[in-house]
Amino acid sequence: MFPKQECIAMLLAGGQGSRLYTLTKKLAKPAVPFGGKYRIIDFPLSNCVNSGIDTVGVLTQYQPLVLNDYIGNGQPWDLDTMNGGVHVLPPYQRSKGGDWYKGTANAIYQNIQFIERYNPEYVVILSGDHIYKMDYSAMLAQHKQKKAACTIAVYEVPMDEASRYGILNCNEDDSIYEFDEKPAEPKSNLASMGIYMFTWSKLRAYLEADEEKEDSSNDFGKDLLPAMLNAGETMVAWRFNGYWKDVGTIDSLWEANMDLLDPKVPLDLSDTNWRIYTRNPVMPPHYVGKNAVCQNSLVSEGCDVEGTLEFAILFAGVTVEKGARVTDSIIMPGATIKKGAVVQYAIVAEDAVIGPGAVVGERPENVKNKDKWGIAVVGNNINIGAGAVVPAQSMIEEDIPEVKN
Amino acid sequence: MRGTNVVGLIFSNMHDDCIREITSLRTMGSVPFGGRYRMIDFPLSNMVNSNISKVGVITKSNYQSLMDHLGSGKAWDLSRKREGLFILPPFGHGNGLYAERIDALSGISSFLKECKEEFVVMSDCHIAYNIDFSDVINYHYQKGADITIVYKNGVVPDSLPEKVCLEFGRAKRISEIINGVTDKENKCDWSMGIYVMKRDFLMKIIAEAVARNRNNFVRDVLQSAVEQYKMFGYKFDGCAMAVTSMEAYFEANMSLVNKSVREDLFNPNRPVYTKVLDEMPAKFGLGAIVTNSIVADGCVIEGEVSNCILFRGVKIGKGAKVSNCIIMQDTQIGDNAILNYVITDKDVVVQNACSFMGCQTYPAYIPKGRNV
Repeated sequence: MFPKQECIAMLLAGGQGSRLYTLTKKLAKPAVPFGGKYRIIDFPLSNCVNSGIDTVGVLTQYQPLVLNDYIGNGQPWDLDTMNGGVHVLPPYQRSKGGDWYKGTANAIYQNIQFIERYNPEYVVILSGDHIYKMDYSAMLAQHKQKKAACTIAVYEVPMDEASRYGILNCNEDDSIYEFDEKPAEPKSNLASMGIYMFTWSKLRAYLEADEEKEDSSNDFGKDLLPAMLNAGETMVAWRFNGYWKDVGTIDSLWEANMDLLDPKVPLDLSDTNWRIYTRNPVMPPHYVGKNAVCQNSLVSEGCDVEGTLEFAILFAGVTVEKGARVTDSIIMPGATIKKGAVVQYAIVAEDAVIGPGAVVGERPENVKNKDKWGIAVVGNNINIGAGAVVPAQSMIEEDIPEVKN
Repeated sequence: MRGTNVVGLIFSNMHDDCIREITSLRTMGSVPFGGRYRMIDFPLSNMVNSNISKVGVITKSNYQSLMDHLGSGKAWDLSRKREGLFILPPFGHGNGLYAERIDALSGISSFLKECKEEFVVMSDCHIAYNIDFSDVINYHYQKGADITIVYKNGVVPDSLPEKVCLEFGRAKRISEIINGVTDKENKCDWSMGIYVMKRDFLMKIIAEAVARNRNNFVRDVLQSAVEQYKMFGYKFDGCAMAVTSMEAYFEANMSLVNKSVREDLFNPNRPVYTKVLDEMPAKFGLGAIVTNSIVADGCVIEGEVSNCILFRGVKIGKGAKVSNCIIMQDTQIGDNAILNYVITDKDVVVQNACSFMGCQTYPAYIPKGRNV
């Protein structure tokens, strides 16, 4: 017997995140490091706990090892509770066959049994690729007040960017009358955030109906939500005003990290009333050396900084040797930047080594052809040899040998 | 029997008087150290890293902060169904708090009796060190010792309250124990106050000492029985930094800017665990100038910092100049404030443009929660 829960969360964490290329080669997107000590999934998980939701199912499929390890028993998020807690839910075999998760809706469909154990009134569907702080309980309050079958969190985007998003067209009372996926001529600027609050009995019915349809792609956005709307269910938008960023691409991941260094960006990670919890490394405080220069940077525990940092984000256990310069870059856990190396406009993944005097990335003002400019990425465990040059926009997945002058 | 067959005992209040300023509201074990640690983290992590999965922490007074820090022992992996962390507050006696080590040990006799482990490792909290106790226990076993004392070769730290020196005879057996060394120049083999012995043996010598109304462990148990018991010394070669005076405390913290000290004390194979606070990474603002300093998570630095130890959640205002300081958890230094050779305790607020100066041999100290 499981005690009844009013609202439980289902977190879709199975996506490959193919647009993060080498960063998601060996791990699922939600496990990608973010912001100096976090991983992307820390944000939805912490939001759940801070919103009073203590039962979370995490649906995994793609490269789950790192993610499973990371979630563990949920202790860092206070989710190692007696009832509820965090559950990793991979696809599984049944007596009559078994399937991978075919789409987002199918992933939930395959876990109806899990949800039913808690007999919830509401289920909130989250995804593991956004950076934001949101109070799901406020969303739930509106959902209840409007007696909605489904509430979709929306974010007001600039009108000229609206055609890049899934847009919701709403009546004056914020009830939805139309979905518009990446419209050429958007009628509104309310973009769906991919966060859905459902009344469980309704969701269950539509999941089962959707599964019956042969031609369905079993996706929330493409199939299930339009089906609900066509059937005349009450679907309402819930406006979110805080910081929200999809980190599905190299550029957006880099930007979201850099946003942490901008005091004007409303994403405060030091707020003790809305902590973002994470699995903490066991490392001593970091050391800033005698000749080091640290400006406008985030530096985590276990780092050893002897070089220069400007607009840099250093994860735990990063070494920046003497004379090395890290500017406008993200250096993930355990990486080493050797003497005199320069890392600019780049993401250096875990345990990579940038050799002495190597140059990774280019400053946009130094690149003539703007189409050739972009963030350079050095993959996990990659060695960049001494003196090597990694141009902008590169995606390094193999070691680069030393360059002798 | 699982694990190492060893139970750890930590004396959290021993030598509190040495740094009365900092211990007025806490135990020696909960004295903050090195940007994110408390002194007890060192013996406790050492024990855990040596596969000792049962540890008793003996407390006496002012142990709220210690209990808050230790919690269930989760951060040290000691929140266990079998074994785990045991906090042992004063018990029984009628005459109140214990005065000495023997008193304290006799107060926990029921705990000791109920342990099943064969050996006991005892440590105080006044020294920051990183040791593998398995080596000590193996040595103890090999030598067939009754008591093994961990010692360090060098000049005895001046501030140590118990300056105990060991002298060795044949086969490295301890032949003499000198209590109260006065030689400040020459090297000797000084005891770190870490003892290994069989649990039965410990219980026996404690019972005997209590029966004879003896209360000084070094004088009445060790010194008086050099010939009777087989005592051996285990030489420890790592860093051992005593924090038994304000000057020594300051020096020990400051020594962490040396890479060799950090590498020894924070050996990645034997990490030092501590309570997790979920602070964000340290943030360096535009215009921050930081050199030769230890900085913990949650710090926000907008001013100038040199040769400092900054604990978690410290804020340094714009234009502030902080040098040669130890700034403890959640202290806020206002804009344009100037601090040199100052130790600020937890939650201190230094107002804008204030200025404080101490000196190297006598750093100024601002007590916990003070607004200046």
